[in-house]
Amino acid sequence: MTEILWHGRGGQGAFTAARLLGDAYSLKDNAYALAFPSFGPERRGAPIRAFTKLDQKPIGNRSEITKSNYSIFLDDTLFNAKSFRELKQNGKILLNTKKKFDDPRVITLDGDSIAARILGLPITNTILLGAFAAISNEISLEEIYEAIRQTMPRRLHEKNIAAVKAAYEEVVA
Amino acid sequence: MAKAFLSGNEAFAYGVRLARPQVISAYPITPQTIVVEKLSEFIEDGSLKAEFIHVESEHSALSCAIGASSVGARAFTATSSQGLLYMAECLPYAAGGRFPIVMMNANRSTALPWNIYGDQRDSLSQLDSGWIQAYAENAQEALDLALMSFYIAEHKNVSTPYMANLDGFVLTHTYEVVDVPTAEQADAFLPKYATENKLDLQNPRNLAFSAGPDSNTIFKYKEHVGILNAKSVIQEAEDRFETIFGRRYSGLTESYRTEDADYIIITLGSIAGLVREVVDALRLEGRRVGLLRLRYLRPFPNEEIANAVKNAKAVAVLEKDISFGNEGTVYTNVNSAMQKAGINIPNSNYIGGLGGKNISSEEIKGIFDELKSQKSAVRFLGIGGEANGG
Repeated sequence: MTEILWHGRGGQGAFTAARLLGDAYSLKDNAYALAFPSFGPERRGAPIRAFTKLDQKPIGNRSEITKSNYSIFLDDTLFNAKSFRELKQNGKILLNTKKKFDDPRVITLDGDSIAARILGLPITNTILLGAFAAISNEISLEEIYEAIRQTMPRRLHEKNIAAVKAAYEEVVA
Repeated sequence: MAKAFLSGNEAFAYGVRLARPQVISAYPITPQTIVVEKLSEFIEDGSLKAEFIHVESEHSALSCAIGASSVGARAFTATSSQGLLYMAECLPYAAGGRFPIVMMNANRSTALPWNIYGDQRDSLSQLDSGWIQAYAENAQEALDLALMSFYIAEHKNVSTPYMANLDGFVLTHTYEVVDVPTAEQADAFLPKYATENKLDLQNPRNLAFSAGPDSNTIFKYKEHVGILNAKSVIQEAEDRFETIFGRRYSGLTESYRTEDADYIIITLGSIAGLVREVVDALRLEGRRVGLLRLRYLRPFPNEEIANAVKNAKAVAVLEKDISFGNEGTVYTNVNSAMQKAGINIPNSNYIGGLGGKNISSEEIKGIFDELKSQKSAVRFLGIGGEANGG
């Protein structure tokens, strides 16, 4: 099972990204996914966590992820030294930041700049999803596009698909 | 059929839409709200033709559903926790009136202390209200129960309201892959509701009347027989369901690797998924363990439990409930089933997941470890100590 731990602040769309990832992954045959947020009252700006579990068989464990294969941060103010404790061995951190980190476990992306350029909004959830496709073998770009088309309002499709593609290409490069 | 990525709440709402209820009366409460929101969207976009009645309370939500059912309409409502308790007065009205209303309950803790998270104390406190009670494990089963519930409740030999329970948040708010049947398939499965138990100008009759000491017992007996009849109708519904949709359900219980199991955990709801994974892991170590999932609490699976545990050395009942001053209610019921069948083996009760507390795979493994001592006990998971009093 591949476990992805999403970190964001209320309003940044971390759970939407977690759900899109599960949706995109499960488009394949014999692919199962669970996606859920940390439960409870929601507040804009407060730190939130969201979870995606991916597997080739049904997933019975609905508990929150305690050790992840990938921890994805939409907001770099939520990232600190403790974040590594939640990683499995060989786990990776995908971080939206303008800073540089000299750590092979940390992959960075300036998602805010892509968001400003393509979306015109400081929302990086689908951008980090595109970056995730670039660093893992779990999903293809086409599967993400399809999940966006299936679940997001039509007016958001074109820009988000462009943002996913830009993030993917930037990370691959 | 179409694959979709839905939450438990959404999956249930899709199932209800396929069942084409004529009246939906609702009042929102976390974590149920999304079900009735989704259904109101379906009505708004024209994909469901039903009367949606906004009411001012849960008491009124069920009262409206009773009114709708009393003129022969297919009626649905949904609630959770305090909302279920607030409509408690109406629950036996619906059951005694033999109105086959379907209600989804999002299992959530009851106050005080105030808590919005999941446990099963709300619905289990209403076991005696005369309603069928089912517990889903995952979103697919939730959707399928939504469809089957109307068939079972409305069957002329049953005529009993049906409460489908989904664990709050861990099931209602978790997204997973669900196969959504087509409307044509659903229509082939579920006939239109037809009943003589209705107010009808062409055929006037008296409903919802008084019955004094002379006749009351026979009405209560017939109500009891109706819910017992659900056993065979559930079987019939599941056979029919498999023919049309290709998915098989296993009646009042689901046995998993119990045939040769020495130690069995009996549980209900979504935690069964984790117990199944622990069973598989322990089986790889050569340990003979199994899971018995109770899909229905009413009618109660007395024979199914006895059959599943008759060769076991010890069993544990894991439930998100406590009947204060005694033990978990599911445990009491399971013990009665075993005693009636003459099965006298050590049995323990583990009370866990109260107020949404996570139950871990290590804790489930710990239950299997403790069963080896073959001592009966009532324990609260995660805080240590026995809860037998004394």
